[in-house]
Amino acid sequence: MIREQRNLILNTLTIVLLFVILWLFDRYGTDYQIRILNNIAVFITLAVSYNLINGICGVLNLGPNAFITIGAYTSALLTMSPAEKKISFIIEPLIWPLNVIQLPFGASLVVAGIVATVFAFFISYPVFRVRGDYLAIVTLGFGEVVRVLCNALQNITNGPLGLKGLKPYTNLWWSWGIAVLTIIIVQRLINSSWGRAMKAIREDETAAKAMGIDPFRHLLLAFLISAFFSGVAGGLLAHLITTISPTLFTFFLTFNLLMIIVVGGLGSTTGAVIGATLFAWGNEALRFVESPMQIGPLHIPGIPGMRMVIFSIILMVVIIFARKGIMGQREFSWDWIFSKIRSQRI
Amino acid sequence: MNIQIFIQQLINGFTLGSLYGLVAIGYTMVYGILRLINFAHGDLLMVATYVVIYGMALFSLPWYLSFPLAVMVTGIVGILLDRVAYKPLRDAPRISLLISAIGASFLLENLALVIIGGVPKPFPRPPIFDKVIDIYGVKVQVLTIYTPITTIILLLGLLYIVHNTKVGKAMRAASRDFETTRLMGINLDRVIALTFMIGSSLAAAGGIMWAMKYPQVNPFMGIIPGLKAFIAAVLGGIGSIPGAVIGGFVLGIGEVLIVAVFPGLAQYRDAFAFLVLILLLIFRPTGIMGEAIVDKT
Repeated sequence: MIREQRNLILNTLTIVLLFVILWLFDRYGTDYQIRILNNIAVFITLAVSYNLINGICGVLNLGPNAFITIGAYTSALLTMSPAEKKISFIIEPLIWPLNVIQLPFGASLVVAGIVATVFAFFISYPVFRVRGDYLAIVTLGFGEVVRVLCNALQNITNGPLGLKGLKPYTNLWWSWGIAVLTIIIVQRLINSSWGRAMKAIREDETAAKAMGIDPFRHLLLAFLISAFFSGVAGGLLAHLITTISPTLFTFFLTFNLLMIIVVGGLGSTTGAVIGATLFAWGNEALRFVESPMQIGPLHIPGIPGMRMVIFSIILMVVIIFARKGIMGQREFSWDWIFSKIRSQRI
Repeated sequence: MNIQIFIQQLINGFTLGSLYGLVAIGYTMVYGILRLINFAHGDLLMVATYVVIYGMALFSLPWYLSFPLAVMVTGIVGILLDRVAYKPLRDAPRISLLISAIGASFLLENLALVIIGGVPKPFPRPPIFDKVIDIYGVKVQVLTIYTPITTIILLLGLLYIVHNTKVGKAMRAASRDFETTRLMGINLDRVIALTFMIGSSLAAAGGIMWAMKYPQVNPFMGIIPGLKAFIAAVLGGIGSIPGAVIGGFVLGIGEVLIVAVFPGLAQYRDAFAFLVLILLLIFRPTGIMGEAIVDKT
């Protein structure tokens, strides 16, 4: 009991400390720093929710970009004012209920999550009828279908033109608030009996079934929760970039998320957080490899795509030589820290 | 729609389908042996077309030399792919293998982007494929006739190799059981390398014909044909070589005819293949020619 109380206090203190740091950045930080911090938070939300299905359940879902797209479009359509929508939709006007509704940002995020969850629910039956490679391809297929629909359904998504001029509602409080909320909820799920059942399915589905676990129900729950937070993060992303179009949410995004959780360690929320932080930071820090360089008399023109080459090599090196990634399946815990301190003292 | 247009579309479908089929053979062979979706397989199409372009532009090779050269180079790239990305993971969980495959695919695409650049290049189609012939009022480009014929010839050759040669027997053995294959004194790594080489060479042939049909080449051109060819392989029954070609034909003809009959659906064309896949996995996961999918342990 004492230990649990101690951990609770320490967790609360950490969150308070985090928000104090955020407050300092909010006041004194540059735009650049704030943008990177926002990116980190959005990718933490995405990676932690993606890790729930890929790492904890051991199911290779390649379609999180579908949920992110749906979330982004839903939330964007809800926050734009009717007048803005009228200007944006040049080719075909927006269909009826959407063209008059306007919701505050927070409510639009919740709706974005719910719409993504409903979509996940509808595709769950075909998705979980298969496993392994087939599941990967089916989910990838749904990701592609959503992209095709975004291009085709011009009276909802404005087609290839996308939605422009969204208000930059996403600030540090929204992005980090949701990131922390996602971590708390996903962690509580993982540490519950449901989470242990999910891990059992990951290790051996037949054995899990023999113990009376219904794989479909457990995988569905993980899938729906993952979709909800991906949708919410999609909404955050839309109001961070302020311009969305179908080309923004391709398989590239899924690839980046996969890399994050593989490098962090498949099956570890801590790993997902570390991976997301490294990625969002590295993505900016590595920008120099794509910009023109002057090394002495040698002029190297900017090479677009170099970052993705580096990322693909990192992914392959990690999966071939260090399959466990940074954290493996371990998690950060205060108990571990204190046991370290104690053993040092002796 | 009159009968002539219908026949024309049918021939188009056959051509498209035979391209899917050629690429699908590579998927199905690799899947049969390694139980792995070789994600990078589609990108081999891109490798082959760039080899042709550079062979013809830089070394001014005639097409009848640069096409075989591209097929050979792609075969070697296929072997290298296996060595670098898949061989170290033979005993790893399947999910790692699949992630490595996705990484390899992105690496190939982005290496091409870095080395060659993202601007689409025109594919130098040899003029003899441009000729248009008239069969009872149906005007057809000779290319659309050559493509299915080439596919059928390659398929027959491959079936001969698989069923009538020692190497083919080794491949069939490897697709049943690794351990026993090794015990029979077969060099498994050689068999796998050969499988990759044959599959990649066929993908190269498919890629060259694809580029002659759609002569715009860019580093990401292999993704969509690759995915659809995979669907064709599943449709035909994964692991079955004739099934892959049949699946390719069904998918190609279906895709062309749907757009021909309902022109309004043209923009959903890319979604059609995935819809087929999803329905297939719900109702008949083993495909047209397939046996039941068993997990090889």
